[in-house]
Amino acid sequence: MPHSVGAAASAPEPCGHGSGHACAHRHDGDEHVLPFDPAALISARGICVSRQGRDLLIDINLDICEREIVTLIGPNGAGKTTLVRVLLGLEKPDRGTVHRRPDLRIGYVPQRFDSDAVIPMTVERFLMLGGSYGNARIAEILAHVDAASVRHQQLGELSGGELQRVVLARALLRDPNLLVLDEPVQGVDYSGEADLYNLIARLRDEAGFGVLLVSHDLHIVMARSDRVVCLNHHVCCSGIPEAVAQHPSYVRLFGADAARSFALYRHHHDHSHDLAGMPHPSPEDDQSGPARGEK
Amino acid sequence: MFEPFLLRALVASLGLAVVAAPLGCFVVWQRMAYFGETVAQAGLIGVALGLALQMDVTWGVLIVALAVAALLVWFSRQRLVALDSVLGLLHHAALAAGVIATSMIKGAPVDLTGFLFGDVFAITATDIAIILVGGAGVLAAVGWLWQPLLRLAVHEELAAAEGVDRELVRTAFIVLLAVTIAVAMKIVGILLVMAFLVVPAVAARPLAGTPERMVALTGLIAASSVIAGLWLSTAIDSPGGPSIVLIMSLLAGLSLSWAAFGRPGQRHG
Repeated sequence: MPHSVGAAASAPEPCGHGSGHACAHRHDGDEHVLPFDPAALISARGICVSRQGRDLLIDINLDICEREIVTLIGPNGAGKTTLVRVLLGLEKPDRGTVHRRPDLRIGYVPQRFDSDAVIPMTVERFLMLGGSYGNARIAEILAHVDAASVRHQQLGELSGGELQRVVLARALLRDPNLLVLDEPVQGVDYSGEADLYNLIARLRDEAGFGVLLVSHDLHIVMARSDRVVCLNHHVCCSGIPEAVAQHPSYVRLFGADAARSFALYRHHHDHSHDLAGMPHPSPEDDQSGPARGEK
Repeated sequence: MFEPFLLRALVASLGLAVVAAPLGCFVVWQRMAYFGETVAQAGLIGVALGLALQMDVTWGVLIVALAVAALLVWFSRQRLVALDSVLGLLHHAALAAGVIATSMIKGAPVDLTGFLFGDVFAITATDIAIILVGGAGVLAAVGWLWQPLLRLAVHEELAAAEGVDRELVRTAFIVLLAVTIAVAMKIVGILLVMAFLVVPAVAARPLAGTPERMVALTGLIAASSVIAGLWLSTAIDSPGGPSIVLIMSLLAGLSLSWAAFGRPGQRHG
């Protein structure tokens, strides 16, 4: 296992699946340099990025394990997208290292996908750019993301929401073991938002991939997360959603109202709220115990 | 039935039309027309270099085109000035430097017009060999890189996150573009070479539904324009390269008008 950083003085507990997800909750925000976690899909250690003299990311440690939904929240400009870009290898950190498990296969849904008619391209062809797939598989995945009807349409003719679902389909088709979604509800109509998160959670249960979700949206996202990492240039706090919602630095960042309403929300497991605040039944029964890493 | 010079002009231009088609499409898709323009206009410095060193000017153009492309890529790493503005600065500078450099070549005065607009009827058998061999190499490389190139053109970050080596593929593309510009220079000249790449691709876009079909249509439009342009040139005794480019531009104008009026089944232009 490559160790590009020295071992920390305090030996941390590895990301053992046998003992739930105790691991990661301790690692995040720890100031010491920790060894890479061999079980994690992706491990970031001591990531620092500064641009034009401003520190965007300060000493970030983050692990994402198999079957784990990690949500990265934080205010605008907190460095969320930069961190994702570093994790994906799209941007080089000034300091720190990212270790990817050798079999890591990423499905990525970028924050913005400008629908651009400059290149003639059908949805089907776009999906095939990520790999080569059979007819039936494309149909199946498009049906999953509720985009079966646009299969033969030109990419440039799609609405924002349709385009977002098609990009999600391309990510899923790659059969990823890590799905990375950067603010996936941009361009998605509000009613589709909860559906999208439920879909991602359901697919995670079926396919068993890890998920890294970036959001500035709190309620719905957090309810579906195994672990929430609250970022404001550094990791303010992280842990199971309940713990983060009550953490002083979370309350400071997002206000007491957000924390309270989240606690309220978590109180009921048998339904979720749409954006108008109306409760409606969850598609799945209560399985929203705290941060279940194990199935 | 053909005069030998006309036959050579036809073979060279048709060969270039085929080679330029996929590159022209990628230039349009990646909005690199201005980039290519700058690299092409720097070619005049390469002409001077070739003349000074008494070698085939194609090599001089190739060397300078590659150097300028590398410079542009390096400039694009800074974020304070948009590359668009850098190109606006550089392509004039490159042309000015080229004119000065050619004027300083000792010996017989250099015929600038021939280098600026090409002299398709002066193509030699050696030139044709260079075009066909170079062109075949470029085509083979584009075919090999087709999928990663297309993935990058559609969405660079997505492709990179999925594992496409964007530095490598983009560098390869820029090298291929520089080779094509160098090879095409004798036919259409450094001022019109990008038109030869971009204009047929523009004409093809409204008619195409897939990237591959757009490349095929681009080649078809370019080849038809070559035939019509050379015919026009012999008929009214006009310069060859500009005649071809004029026909291409007419076709592109027609195609764009059709798209602007709204072609059937298209929601937005």
